[in-house]
Amino acid sequence: MKQFLTFVKKEFRHVFRDRKTLLMLFGLPIVQIVLFGFALTNEIKNTKIVVCDYAKDIGSQQLIEKLEASSNFEIEKSVLSREQIETAFKEGKIKLAVIFPVNFYNELIHLNKSQVQIIADASDPNTANTLTNFATSIILDYQQQLNVNVTIPYRIQPEMRMLYNPELKGATNFVPGVMALVLMLVCVMMTSVSIVREKERGTMEILLVSPFHPFLVIVSKAVPYLVLSLLNLVIILVLSVFLLDMPINGSVFLLFAESTLLIITALSLGLLISNSTDSQQAAMLISMMGMMLPTMLFTGFMFPLENMPIPLQVISNVVPAKWYYIIVKSIMIKGLGFSAIWKETLILFVMTCILLVISLKKFKIRLA
Amino acid sequence: MRTLKFLLQKEFRQILRNKTLLPMIFALPLVQLLILPLAADYEVKNISISIVDNDHSSYSKELVSKIASSGYFRLADYGNSYQLAFKQLEKDKSDLILEIPQGFEKNIVRENAQKVFIAVNAINGVKANLGGAYLNRILMDYNGELRLKWMQSQRFNMTPNIEIVSSNWFNPFMNYRFFMVPGILVVLVTMVCAYMCALNIVKEKEVGTIEQINVTPIKKYQFILGKLIPFWIMAMVVFSIGLFIVARLIYGIVPLGSIALLYGYLAVYLVALLGLGLLISTYSETQQQAMSVAFFFIMIFMLMSGLFTPIDSMPVWAKGIASCSPVTYFIDVVRMIVLKGSGFKEVRYHFGIIIIFALIFNTWAIINYKKTS
Amino acid sequence: MVETVIQTNKLTKRFGDFIAANEITFDVAAGEIFGFLGANGAGKTTAMRMLCGLSTPSSGTARIAGFDIYKQAESIKKNIGYMSQKFSLYEDLTIKENIQFFGGIYGLCDKQLKEKSESLIEQLGLKDQTKKLVGELPLGWKQKLAFSVAILHTPKIVFLDEPTGGVDPVTRRQFWDLIYDAAANGITVFVTTHYMDEAEYCNRISMMVDGVIKALDTPANLKKQFNAASMDDVFFELARGAKRKAD
Repeated sequence: MKQFLTFVKKEFRHVFRDRKTLLMLFGLPIVQIVLFGFALTNEIKNTKIVVCDYAKDIGSQQLIEKLEASSNFEIEKSVLSREQIETAFKEGKIKLAVIFPVNFYNELIHLNKSQVQIIADASDPNTANTLTNFATSIILDYQQQLNVNVTIPYRIQPEMRMLYNPELKGATNFVPGVMALVLMLVCVMMTSVSIVREKERGTMEILLVSPFHPFLVIVSKAVPYLVLSLLNLVIILVLSVFLLDMPINGSVFLLFAESTLLIITALSLGLLISNSTDSQQAAMLISMMGMMLPTMLFTGFMFPLENMPIPLQVISNVVPAKWYYIIVKSIMIKGLGFSAIWKETLILFVMTCILLVISLKKFKIRLA
Repeated sequence: MRTLKFLLQKEFRQILRNKTLLPMIFALPLVQLLILPLAADYEVKNISISIVDNDHSSYSKELVSKIASSGYFRLADYGNSYQLAFKQLEKDKSDLILEIPQGFEKNIVRENAQKVFIAVNAINGVKANLGGAYLNRILMDYNGELRLKWMQSQRFNMTPNIEIVSSNWFNPFMNYRFFMVPGILVVLVTMVCAYMCALNIVKEKEVGTIEQINVTPIKKYQFILGKLIPFWIMAMVVFSIGLFIVARLIYGIVPLGSIALLYGYLAVYLVALLGLGLLISTYSETQQQAMSVAFFFIMIFMLMSGLFTPIDSMPVWAKGIASCSPVTYFIDVVRMIVLKGSGFKEVRYHFGIIIIFALIFNTWAIINYKKTS
Repeated sequence: MVETVIQTNKLTKRFGDFIAANEITFDVAAGEIFGFLGANGAGKTTAMRMLCGLSTPSSGTARIAGFDIYKQAESIKKNIGYMSQKFSLYEDLTIKENIQFFGGIYGLCDKQLKEKSESLIEQLGLKDQTKKLVGELPLGWKQKLAFSVAILHTPKIVFLDEPTGGVDPVTRRQFWDLIYDAAANGITVFVTTHYMDEAEYCNRISMMVDGVIKALDTPANLKKQFNAASMDDVFFELARGAKRKAD
């Protein structure tokens, strides 16, 4: 045991002396929390649109005022031809055009029918859809206002209640995802590189010659990153609770226990990678390039998993972060206990064992 | 000039000889380009709804079948108990619950109004919003149908009615992949580029061969060019395979605008990015450091680039950060040229910016790289 | 009049408060084999790096191959060769490719490259191994190869930083044969080492202790001066009071 601690101490020294890397290790989660909490959102706000008012009458002006009042749009009033609208789209300056024809209000009042044209830049279909919907609902609202004197019989009145996230904040969705992402990427990357580096430099042989089982030597390399990651976790939780009003409705102890499990899974994966490559560059390529986007996408916090084609959903089952994400949401937001997440925990545990077994096998082969 | 030729010869030999690294540089981005756009889909489909019907009247049944057949929802279950439905919600098996109270049919006709209750699992805010919106629309629709049944249809409109004519330009099929694939391609090429370049120089530092270079008459700019050019070429190749093979054959994306313009921009963009990689390597002693710093910046660039979330929705300070990232501009440009057919006139502002980036990063890197310490 | 290829006057390198090399002053003549000795941490490598143009001195002056160390560092580099402790050849390139690269960098034209590389390979006895990666060669061969590549462009001076570290005595002897050959051809050899027996092979040596040159003379004179039987003993005499321990 004492010898093990000696190795661990050495590894800690390596890690703490590299200040640039440490900065990144701790800086990244903080930056991500800030970005996800305050800058990144799926809501469509402040989009620049152009309103072409050919009518210039009460109706169009009232409607334009309503549009301006909405925080979704930043309105530019300008009468543009079709070509000019196309150019404006092509320059990326505006995303939507709303066109009021001549005589808009007159026709509306006297013929009870008038037209408004909405042209959307559908290169981003999502934004186009949302903007069109917003504009449509504002216009329909206006239409409703004009109808206010007519009582409509046979009304169905929906009463809606938002559970778990009454203000629809993205944070509750993102924060567990950031936790998963940071823990996975950092652990895998750092462990795999650290081990391969010793191989590259040739100092691995010195360690292997020590009277200590080589596998435990490797494990000692992972320990500092385990500790660092738990520290990172604390930072993320503190930031999200105080800065983003993120709730922790369940047991904090359970949260940490599950997080430790994920960290161990990630470390095992890092181990496997380091056993499969010979150069730091290769280890870095795999753990960063090969894992960054897939982890982000298959965890399910950026894009809903149910939308993906079935084969991809199957792939997502292999990504440990996905299960961790479910676990964290259940604990933090829904306040559930172990009984609700034992299945996912088991899956993570099995994954870890498999990874460790394969690493050990590969390791033995190399030594032989 | 001759010196440069020898440098390039050495670099290419080293890269091409690396049998593990080389296939990875090509395979990793292209495989991801193949798979990831399929996953990155914001369209909200398959919202699961649990309906609790306490009325069991013909109206409530009509409403239920209307919801089930709308195409927006998947009926998770249909029952009597709110508690059971709520359990489903807890387990994430359904996203919203609609409760139709007892006396629904009777009250609509007699009291002229009837409430229904909707509970939405708002953990995924987007889904909740859309789910609620769709449900509302269906309810409104059904409401209109009911009304028609009871009131006579009129020949003329009783009330002012605004007809909204909407059209979608550039992507009439609203294919989200068209929007994501070019962006993901940019991010992947960016990653390969910046990492490999940063790591390459630092490796020479770590191993010690860089001293041998510093002691020769090789000029700084020659050395830097010697490192830039091979990766520039490789990134170009990766991008081309991505664009012409994966994007075209698998996703059916054919660039609307000028390919020459796209490649012109790409060429400058790569120079800027490689310059950044170089810059990072001049500040790092070990590959691990270079990797960590590169990772940090690439992560931020990627998140702030407008790839996943719109830039317009960001607060002012975040928009400032986004404008400091070359990736943001390129993703913009690639979408503009590929999807909208924008020409040079429309992207000239972006062009200017990327040239400035390229100049800044590379000049800084050259100044910082000292053969003599 | 024998040309002076290295001239230094009070060359000093400071790292903050630490003076790694303190007012180094000496001359080296063309064709000399000059040994730069000292214990680990004495400041040999620091001094040599200044002479090669790898490190700017904090104060003092020097002329290498007739060029000023501050203003004409790049010209110096054209006229010197260098072999470092790590042997810095590219391990993932073949012998031939390494020769091609370094020769080309120093401005040898294709014809010269071809001739020189063939004669070098012949001389080292590596004829059937030209396609081998340098990384696959045993240490002794790498050394000799590195040295030969360092003098490929017939520089005025070749700097060798602890070139024989970790190699068996026979190979060391062979290495020194190469050095004699080079010197006979007019190349000045400036070599740092802490193997005191190698000191005997040099024309003159200097001994650095704690950043200062404590002795500068031929091996024979130094042994007489310190009443020592071998250079080892001379070293013990001088280095006994040394305060610095490691490089």
